[in-house]
Amino acid sequence: MKKNLPAMIFVFILLILWQAGAMGMNAAYILPSPIQIIKKLWELRVPLFSVHLPATMTITLIGLLISIVLGLFLAVIMDLNETIEKALYPIIIASQTIPTTAIAPLFVLWFGYGIWSKILVTILITFFPITITVYDGFKSTKREMEELLISFGASKKDIFIKLKWPTALPYFFSAIKMAIPLSIIGAAIGEWLGAQKGLGYFSRRMMTQLDGAGVFAPIVLLSVAAMVIVALVGILEKIMIKWRQEL
Amino acid sequence: MLEFKNVTFKYDEDDYEMLHDLSFQVRDGEFISLIGASGCGKSTIFRLITKLLNPSSGSITVSGRDIRAQKNYAGYMPQKDLLFPWRTIEKNLYLPMEIQKVPKNLMSEKAQEVLKEVGLLDYRDKYPKDLSGGMRQRISFARTLLTSSDLLLLDEPFSALDSLTRMDMQEWLLSQWEHFHKTIMFITHDVEEAIFLSKRIYLITETPIRKLTVVDVPLEYPRTRSQLKNPDIIDLKEQLICRLRKQVSPQ
Repeated sequence: MKKNLPAMIFVFILLILWQAGAMGMNAAYILPSPIQIIKKLWELRVPLFSVHLPATMTITLIGLLISIVLGLFLAVIMDLNETIEKALYPIIIASQTIPTTAIAPLFVLWFGYGIWSKILVTILITFFPITITVYDGFKSTKREMEELLISFGASKKDIFIKLKWPTALPYFFSAIKMAIPLSIIGAAIGEWLGAQKGLGYFSRRMMTQLDGAGVFAPIVLLSVAAMVIVALVGILEKIMIKWRQEL
Repeated sequence: MLEFKNVTFKYDEDDYEMLHDLSFQVRDGEFISLIGASGCGKSTIFRLITKLLNPSSGSITVSGRDIRAQKNYAGYMPQKDLLFPWRTIEKNLYLPMEIQKVPKNLMSEKAQEVLKEVGLLDYRDKYPKDLSGGMRQRISFARTLLTSSDLLLLDEPFSALDSLTRMDMQEWLLSQWEHFHKTIMFITHDVEEAIFLSKRIYLITETPIRKLTVVDVPLEYPRTRSQLKNPDIIDLKEQLICRLRKQVSPQ
């Protein structure tokens, strides 16, 4: 807590400046003040928390889960087989040059306004950092340690379970922590493009009504959700990789 | 115990042979040192014994049988301790046994026995980062013992330690050797270390290695450091250094 104190004071100062600026400008449809946003959050608490937040979180979590499975799968097969690596790696990199927001409407066209088009946008943004980071994790395995295991008579499976996976585990957690905000962004973009509910959709609807605080309120909620999930994963990480603390 | 018969080996990327028609033997229960300048092929010999490399011709046998048909015939201890940081000390010791599929209760029993032997039983639930360099090398040695091989290959295990710890570790290693009756092959480039530890010294004086020059150390076990001051031993040390330096100097 103590080490975060300077950051907290800084944020507090920014909020005060924002509040002062917004009050000076007095145009809530362009720049609502923090207090107006909080008031809005309170007013809209029922639809936001009972409809839109759960809708966005469902997309985020399903998308994240599929991305983790897909990312791990790709990282593992690329590590196991060089030919597969040569075939997939360039395509995976190339997939990131696709402007997601531009092709997302296509997903809506193909998969409709249901949740799958949004999940697809989420996956497209999220699987990449997971694949690449975990793959790098496998590659960072120390050659000498691998040779030591071979001298003990280890099989490929032994090497994977006893050496490669534990080596990659910290990378895996970094990847997930990176992927969480991305998956939330993915879900929100998906909802912007066409949805009947969700925080992205809600924010856009408020925009058409020139309700500045209403645009901000769901965004604040999205940020808080991202921070909470990242913190939860951080706790899980601490439990699972005890040995790494104090390093 | 260990025999090289007419072994030839060349790295793919080199255009010269590293070993040429090399034959030598190590007897059962002996402590021998392999010394030579860096890059002369000491570690290559170890990598051939552990099957990380394959000879292009010739054969290597341990206890009379070709190593290609054997498993767990040699325990290798690397230069760095290479303890896995995510495993506790005890779990690190399990590694070779897990791979050999030793039953769990037996693993824990054996690990504790060896931990007691190396004097680190209290550290079994600690992680490698909690141990000093000397302690980590002792654990690394214990892990090598737990491969249950009678032949131990130690690749400059003390080279990264400070000189005081190093002396302690040399004495400690001798006591362990006397206790466990293993055959030890020890790579070093430190002549004094080789003389203090081993019964015979195998000298590498050329590349490609065609033969190893064997030098007997005229000292009985158990050894003490004061024996190193013996005029014969000082002479021997000078001789060996001289021969090694000839190799290093440009031809």
